[in-house]
Amino acid sequence: MSTATTTEAPSTYTFSPETLSAVLAPGANPPRPSALSASVTFGWRAMLKIKHVPEQLFDVTAFPIMMTLMFTYLFGGALAGSTTEYLQFLLPGIMVMSVVMITMYTGIAVNTDIQKGVFDRFRTLPIWRPSTMVGYLLGDAFRYTMASTVILLVGLVLGFRPDGGVLGVLAGIGVLVAFSFAFSWLWTMFGLLLRTEKSVMGVSMMVLFPMTFLSNVFVDPSTMPGWLQAFVDVNPISHLVAAVRALMNGGWDTGAMTWVTVSGVLFTVVFGALTMRLYNRR
Amino acid sequence: MTEFAIETSGLVKTWGDTRAVAGIALAVPAGAVYGVLGPNGAGKTTAVKMLATLLRPDSGNARVFGRDLVREADAVRGLVSLTGQYASVDEDLTGAENLVLLGRLLGHRKAAARERGARLLDAFGLTEAANKQVKNYSGGMRRRLDIAASILNTPKLLFLDEPTTGLDPRSRNQVWDIVRAVVAHGTTVLLTTQYLDEADRLASRIAVIDHGKVIAEGTPGELKSSVGRGAIHVRLRDADQRGKAEWVLSEALSAPVQLDADPVALTARISGHETERGAAEQASRALVALAEAGITVDDFSLGQPSLDEVFLALTDKPATAQNEEVSA
Ligand SMILES: Nc1ncnc2c1ncn2[C@@H]1O[C@H](COP(=O)(O)OP(=O)(O)OP(=O)(O)O)[C@@H](O)[C@H]1O
Ligand SMILES: [Mg+2]
Repeated sequence: MSTATTTEAPSTYTFSPETLSAVLAPGANPPRPSALSASVTFGWRAMLKIKHVPEQLFDVTAFPIMMTLMFTYLFGGALAGSTTEYLQFLLPGIMVMSVVMITMYTGIAVNTDIQKGVFDRFRTLPIWRPSTMVGYLLGDAFRYTMASTVILLVGLVLGFRPDGGVLGVLAGIGVLVAFSFAFSWLWTMFGLLLRTEKSVMGVSMMVLFPMTFLSNVFVDPSTMPGWLQAFVDVNPISHLVAAVRALMNGGWDTGAMTWVTVSGVLFTVVFGALTMRLYNRR
Repeated sequence: MTEFAIETSGLVKTWGDTRAVAGIALAVPAGAVYGVLGPNGAGKTTAVKMLATLLRPDSGNARVFGRDLVREADAVRGLVSLTGQYASVDEDLTGAENLVLLGRLLGHRKAAARERGARLLDAFGLTEAANKQVKNYSGGMRRRLDIAASILNTPKLLFLDEPTTGLDPRSRNQVWDIVRAVVAHGTTVLLTTQYLDEADRLASRIAVIDHGKVIAEGTPGELKSSVGRGAIHVRLRDADQRGKAEWVLSEALSAPVQLDADPVALTARISGHETERGAAEQASRALVALAEAGITVDDFSLGQPSLDEVFLALTDKPATAQNEEVSA
């Protein structure tokens, strides 16, 4: 990628009406793309952005590695006696925490994009309206998958040996990515609602810190005071952690899975609807 | 009966205390360039965004090819295409990627989108830059890509919001040529501009807007003559007689005479605040004087003042007073 502006040699472009007329020659316009096709196309755009600005993947690699190392060694000895033992408990949780944290970049991406003219062009296209937003989420789902993979690899190196085997781990990651996809509608809404990138960031932190820390990621909630337990018990992140942990350990937690599914659907319906309202209003 | 691409009445959009668009009525005939001329902050972008379904009007009605702007927004989107004031392409992607992206969103299959994109890049002289990120394009290249993106599917109505602002004269000429070619293909173009000569050259009708209101509307000719001053353009049979004609005209009109680039043409301004009738009288006096001096006149026209003068004359005065005077 060069940063120099391409300067036009004075002779490069001479307009020829014939060439343009040939291109404009009336061919019937194709039928509109399906909702799926439009969404996938926007997802492709997100992937192209990753290709052109690969630095943005730093967030989904370095940050999770740091979290995993930090918490394993910080709490491992104190909480479980040994880091390897603690890792079996912690890794699914830290994976959930990191990926859920990363979801906030969705809001920032939406917010920076809407300042630009290209967003206006998308909004004048005769396509399924939510497809622009679904496209962001599809691109983000790729990032979530990457972050999960990175954490899994770091975990394996550190001694994480899940009982669920390959299938259990894949199922766990699948549930995590699916929930994060649904959860991200919260951020598309804030991305459209708030004026600046900074405020999107601020709100994200306000929501994400309590949601991720006040959960069962680090310790078993039974050690917590009652009022805190009450919050932890309704926090969807706790249930997500429980579900992912169970899957990776070769089990199945019906209660947690139900919670995760219901809250995922609620996030999509409620915040998806609010997002589209804002999208159409702007 | 004229088919109208756009018909609006009482269109209003308010931002807080600012009435950006304060009741605009437009009737844009199909198949030509319609110019919307106005200074910074006149409300051009706001009006265009409403007509392109990006902003919901606070009140008023608008139809695009008979489709209601608000209730049939989706149908309108199928007819229009917008090149916004600020680049409406993705700066992070390459030119080719931008066109494939939009081609896909317009329903083309991948191969067709690629092919169509490549042909447009070629027609717009961007083949070499096809695989460069748009953020590295020059202003002119960016504009051309932006317009190319708007005509991937030939739209019935194309909005160009200040398409030449910030371009050098050469790039501006290229954009003008492109606009003419697009209109020749039957697309209606609504073009906003701050440049009077641009509206004059491209548009067959112009609405002058200021403070969110249409203060004048008509053909460039009507607008100019409404101001009531003008010039006489004379074409001589013989270039050798031009020196003499210049002298005769300046005597007859007691006004400065200007020699045009064409060696047989000259222009004499009609000075002062003449009425149109006065201008016609002066013109006939000048023609008689030329004939008496033995100068053969091939062609003659009672020209109009430049749009520049129209604009200043209109915007210097309060908009309300102007409304009665000019809109016919
Ligand atoms: N999103 C907005 N929020 C608040 N005020 C706005 C907004 N958009 C436009 N305005 C105001 O509305 C008025 C008209 O703006 P608009 O952009 O339509 O003018 P314009 O004719 O396109 O000007 P320019 O030639 O500078 O592009 C201005 O006073 C502007 O400050
Ligand atoms: Mg503008």
